[in-house]
Amino acid sequence: MALLEVEGLRVRFDTEDGPLQAVDGVSLSVEAGRVLGIVGESGSGKSVTALATMGLVPGRIEGRARFEGRDLLALSPEEMRRVRGHEIAIVFQDPLSSLHPFYRVGRQLAEAVRVHQDVSRRAARARAVELLGLVGVPEPAERVDAYPHQLSGGMRQRAMIAMALANDPRLLIADEPTTALDVTVQAQILALLRRLQEERGMAIVIITHDLGVVAELADDVAVMYAGQIVERAPVERLFAAPEHPYTWGLLRSMPRLDVPRERELVPIPGRPPSLVHPPGGCRFHPRCPYVRDPHREVEPALEPVPGDEGHAVACLLDPATRRRLWREPAP
Amino acid sequence: MAGYLARRLLWVVALLLAVSAITFAIFYTLPSADPAAMRAGRQPTPQLIAQVRENLGLDQPVYVQYWRYMRDLVLHFDFGFSYQSNAPVREQILDRLPATLSLTGGAVVLWLAIGLPVGVISAVRRRRWPDRLAMGLALVAISAPVYWLGLVALYLFADDIGRFPLLPGANSYEPISQDPAAWLGSLVLPWLVLAASFAAFYARLLRANLLEAMSEDYIRTARAKGLPERQVVLRHGMRAAITPIVTVVGLDVGILLGGAVLVETVFNVPGIGRLAYDAIRTADLPVIQGTVLFGAFFIVVANLVVDLAYAWIDPRVRTA
Repeated sequence: MALLEVEGLRVRFDTEDGPLQAVDGVSLSVEAGRVLGIVGESGSGKSVTALATMGLVPGRIEGRARFEGRDLLALSPEEMRRVRGHEIAIVFQDPLSSLHPFYRVGRQLAEAVRVHQDVSRRAARARAVELLGLVGVPEPAERVDAYPHQLSGGMRQRAMIAMALANDPRLLIADEPTTALDVTVQAQILALLRRLQEERGMAIVIITHDLGVVAELADDVAVMYAGQIVERAPVERLFAAPEHPYTWGLLRSMPRLDVPRERELVPIPGRPPSLVHPPGGCRFHPRCPYVRDPHREVEPALEPVPGDEGHAVACLLDPATRRRLWREPAP
Repeated sequence: MAGYLARRLLWVVALLLAVSAITFAIFYTLPSADPAAMRAGRQPTPQLIAQVRENLGLDQPVYVQYWRYMRDLVLHFDFGFSYQSNAPVREQILDRLPATLSLTGGAVVLWLAIGLPVGVISAVRRRRWPDRLAMGLALVAISAPVYWLGLVALYLFADDIGRFPLLPGANSYEPISQDPAAWLGSLVLPWLVLAASFAAFYARLLRANLLEAMSEDYIRTARAKGLPERQVVLRHGMRAAITPIVTVVGLDVGILLGGAVLVETVFNVPGIGRLAYDAIRTADLPVIQGTVLFGAFFIVVANLVVDLAYAWIDPRVRTA
């Protein structure tokens, strides 16, 4: 059984322009001890998907999110609270704004420990020092008394990760954990996440717009576009044989070392659609270079790719055409 | 830190000098009653007025008067003597200080005790009926002039003239050293009237601050940790929202210690504000000067205390 099994998740916000369907029928599963990457542009619904399973977004939420068999979306607020930070923890994008500016790092860590564990202040503080050491903060016994603004960006993100680990969660959600950091620090944080994942056998959902991060860390990938999953595959398969034109766009717009430098980067034309008035048919059709007339009417379902286990795609082009198009140069 | 403090204290002195000079200048520039004539009695002869003027030193040029005043003040901490009563101004002010302290102290406690919880509830129940009701009442309390509120309170509740004679009204002030129960009773109405607009203002301010704080990323972190909502609001949201409030409390207390003129006047509480009011009516320059300087002193000191407190409250300021 999967650790987390999300089924038909829909999240809607009421905005001044009308209801906004941020997540529209997302299903995905995370196996224990594995890493799922969710990739997409800003506003594709990838963060909302993860936050909704933890009850951290307002708005109307439908669907199911079974965590070890229990439907998180059906829990009472108090039951949900006991899951948060205990069984599922989260690391956010910007560690400076995500840590409380007025409290020492150690105090914030100790608080995370004491919410779910009945331990003394002293023990919680000792655990805070231990956690900081675990995530590679040098001199943890001193840093525990630092305020967030006294730490560097990388150290702050390590502190955030330490806080997430406070209660040995089985699932860690990392929401763009490296986006706000310097490039050199990004690599360190990814290495840290991978090490922790391997040491603790914890499952990770990593949310990112950066395919490089996915390649680095994920076992499986879900590509999101306009509130829906358009492609899902084991990571090697996604890079070797991507099926969705949007995924092709993402791959072609990413610089790669294994491709001759003369090959130009090709941006995806246009902009992500409005989720208040999403386009009919395939949501990607206004930006798709391979759009056919029926694609404007018919909505594609996420279906298995024949002959490629674990790979699914929501595209109306037939598989043979897709394979041919991917091998051709970008139009 | 010591250097900073020394610089700030020098500023305090400079500011008080400027305030005293401006008070002097205003007194002699704007039309006012002739202090010598007012002192000289009901039907004074010109000679008598001239005599009084000479005795008081009012025949001297303004800059000489100012120089003498400042000399006595700096060298002897002497604020001069009232033109009206001949009493030394310093003693008069110190006599009045306990009443003003009582009025301000009680009002601060009251307005914080009312304003802060209302602000929190309004923010947490935003746009629902507790919020609408509280903010509606707050608007009324802020808009109502304090002297009008005072008169209404007396008309309704004073035990002499009130429709519902529940509490001691005007003129009932007793020093705490004489009769603590009477002191307390006499101040209930003034406290309520003085605290009303402040409580309303603080409730609105805290509501706005807390709503802003609750939209911060660190609040999401606190929820993601699994903290109960109550702790999310009170420990994480309030910690950030309360910081600007501390500044405002400091300044408001500084201003009120210089005399809550309107409330002291309406309820005839013998405080510094009432003293200042009477002095202005009788063109009693030394008393005006003394009360103004006293008020200015409280305000600049409050400013200093607030700035120092800020470094203590906000760790980011401390290390910057």
